[in-house]
Amino acid sequence: MKFFMNWHEMPKERLTNMKKLLAFIRKEFYHVFRDKRTLLILFGLPVVQIILFGFALSNEVKNIGIAIQDNSRDIHTENIIRKIQSSSYFKVEAPILNYKDIENRFKDGSIKCAVIFPSNFSSDLQRSGGAKTQLIADASDPNTATIVTNYLTSIVYDYQQQLNPTTQLNYQIVTEIRQLYNEEQNGSLNFIPGVIALIFMIVSTALTSVSVVREKELGTMEILLVSPFKPIMVLIAKAIPYLVLSLINFILILFLSVYLLHVEIKGSFLLLFAESILFIITCLSLGLLISNVTDSQQTAMLISMMGMMLPTLILTGFMFPLENMPWIFRMVSHILPSRYYYTIVKAVMLKGLGFEFVWKETLILAGMAIFLLAIALKKFKIRLS
Amino acid sequence: MPAVKLRNITKKYGDFVAVDDVSFDVRKGELFGLIGPDGAGKTSIFRILTTLLLAEGGTATVEGHDVVKEFQQIRNKVGYMPGKFSLYQDLTVKENLNFFATIFGTTIDENYDLIKDIYDQIKPFNDRRAGKLSGGMKQKLALCCALIHKPEILFLDEPTTGVDVVSRSEFWQMLAKLKEQNITIVVSTPYMDEAKLCDRIALMQNGKIMSVDEPKNIISSFPKPLFAAKAKNIYKLLKDFRTDKEIESCDAFGEFIHVTLVSDEKEESKVVAIAQKYQTEDLEIKRIEPTIEDSFIRLMREQKSKEVSNGK
Repeated sequence: MKFFMNWHEMPKERLTNMKKLLAFIRKEFYHVFRDKRTLLILFGLPVVQIILFGFALSNEVKNIGIAIQDNSRDIHTENIIRKIQSSSYFKVEAPILNYKDIENRFKDGSIKCAVIFPSNFSSDLQRSGGAKTQLIADASDPNTATIVTNYLTSIVYDYQQQLNPTTQLNYQIVTEIRQLYNEEQNGSLNFIPGVIALIFMIVSTALTSVSVVREKELGTMEILLVSPFKPIMVLIAKAIPYLVLSLINFILILFLSVYLLHVEIKGSFLLLFAESILFIITCLSLGLLISNVTDSQQTAMLISMMGMMLPTLILTGFMFPLENMPWIFRMVSHILPSRYYYTIVKAVMLKGLGFEFVWKETLILAGMAIFLLAIALKKFKIRLS
Repeated sequence: MPAVKLRNITKKYGDFVAVDDVSFDVRKGELFGLIGPDGAGKTSIFRILTTLLLAEGGTATVEGHDVVKEFQQIRNKVGYMPGKFSLYQDLTVKENLNFFATIFGTTIDENYDLIKDIYDQIKPFNDRRAGKLSGGMKQKLALCCALIHKPEILFLDEPTTGVDVVSRSEFWQMLAKLKEQNITIVVSTPYMDEAKLCDRIALMQNGKIMSVDEPKNIISSFPKPLFAAKAKNIYKLLKDFRTDKEIESCDAFGEFIHVTLVSDEKEESKVVAIAQKYQTEDLEIKRIEPTIEDSFIRLMREQKSKEVSNGK
């Protein structure tokens, strides 16, 4: 008789446990969708970051103001000028009046470079076969100056080639450059994997830790603990909504990357998705761990921001190359989960590589996830203080 | 078996002793009050009994379960309302209630009869967020949530603090009704006037229990006749009484001074005579029945003088 009772009790208990968990998860979603701040961080941040990194913080050159002084005014200079004008890199401003004018316009920032054709340009070119053009660049921003002068030089060089398509110089060496995986020099490519890692760090780590600590701060944790709800279930119920939200975020970022920044996903989407779930679980475990050792939302936020976000930003190689850092920073970067995830995303998304090329990183990430989750569960306080 | 049993419970926070060697029992079905000012150690005792804190010394059981070893059984059986309003402010009344019902493995309908009287009062605000409720309503909602799983014991930590007078008296009426349903209730309050509404009370001060008894016994054990005095200049009268050798104690209670004499004199005339020594104007003196507060202050003073003599 007793055996039968137990036999019938079991599924029922499991069913109510499931119901409890679902009720808890639903409650978490209420919290998220009713708090404007959380919503803003959750969905505003990815959009802002994508736009920021994709457009504003790009190191490409577009619409740079230049001015031209054409003292020669002949067919050759006009052809070159037309070529410069038709390029989307430059915006040709009003012609230069004198040398002083150049300096003034550098100072007010309206132009970054001046092109000067001497009056004997054409005759020099035709008679002696060698003409000179002067490029004066504002090198207070050395990056832009180099890029602008390079572009202008190549335009002039192009025209020269056009003039003598047949006459080749002897022993000419031409370097042909191909920037693999990013032929168009699309600056967003490098940022996307970094931004994805960053967003997961914020959403999964910071928001999760804050949401657990908030229950402590508001005193609701007291009631939750004094209930039949198993303490461990509190952690699981907290983690699941943020896993779902992070995945939604992931889709959102990919969507923006593909349709707004024209970044192509070269590898398997499924692999990328699976690796992302793994990384999110790592972040969630970290968030839960933080929530166990802190008692106020501010501290939790500070630890996750300073302790997690900054290293992710600096030490994963997405902003600054790791190879150039002192060894101590390189050592630190090895314990950052985001470093491995960044490598994986770059490999799968940009290079189109398969699992066989990222299994090592995946294994390390999985090990970290298990380790962090184990500590988080073990450290969870079943009592106050 | 008592519903709650404490033996020599001690709780320290660093060097500070919050609960000092406390022992008492709460009987089944009783409305038991823990009375004392802020910092007396009431909340610590509640948290030890609800298995949220571990005591440094002593043992305690709730419904026969040890608070340390069998905490999970206790957590299944008790209802707890912490001192701070602890429901989800961004969830509506209905959502809060539903959530706690589900967490405790029940539904609102299942135990509706238990919360009906209380819930009916907040039902019109079902869709209002808990954070937007008034103090009295928040407390009713919190009580509903603590009751929803039909607990055997209800622990209410200062449920009436910060609540208006009308809501307070309503709340105590609700507790009296719950008692009829055979639920043991342990409640704490800093308000002495609420003490007489309990079956038995424990008077607490500085982590110690000064007395555990029925309110009427505590009052009747007040050893001396008590007088209330009033004058035009009440402050001067208080100062004069303090210096007089024939006065044993005098304390300000609102517009009156409560006075006991060194002698066991029962007539007001003796107090009048003392007061007139100081040319008191508009003097008014009458013999009164002591209240819990009088007993509390007297016990507190005895405890203090005992500590001083022990210190010597």
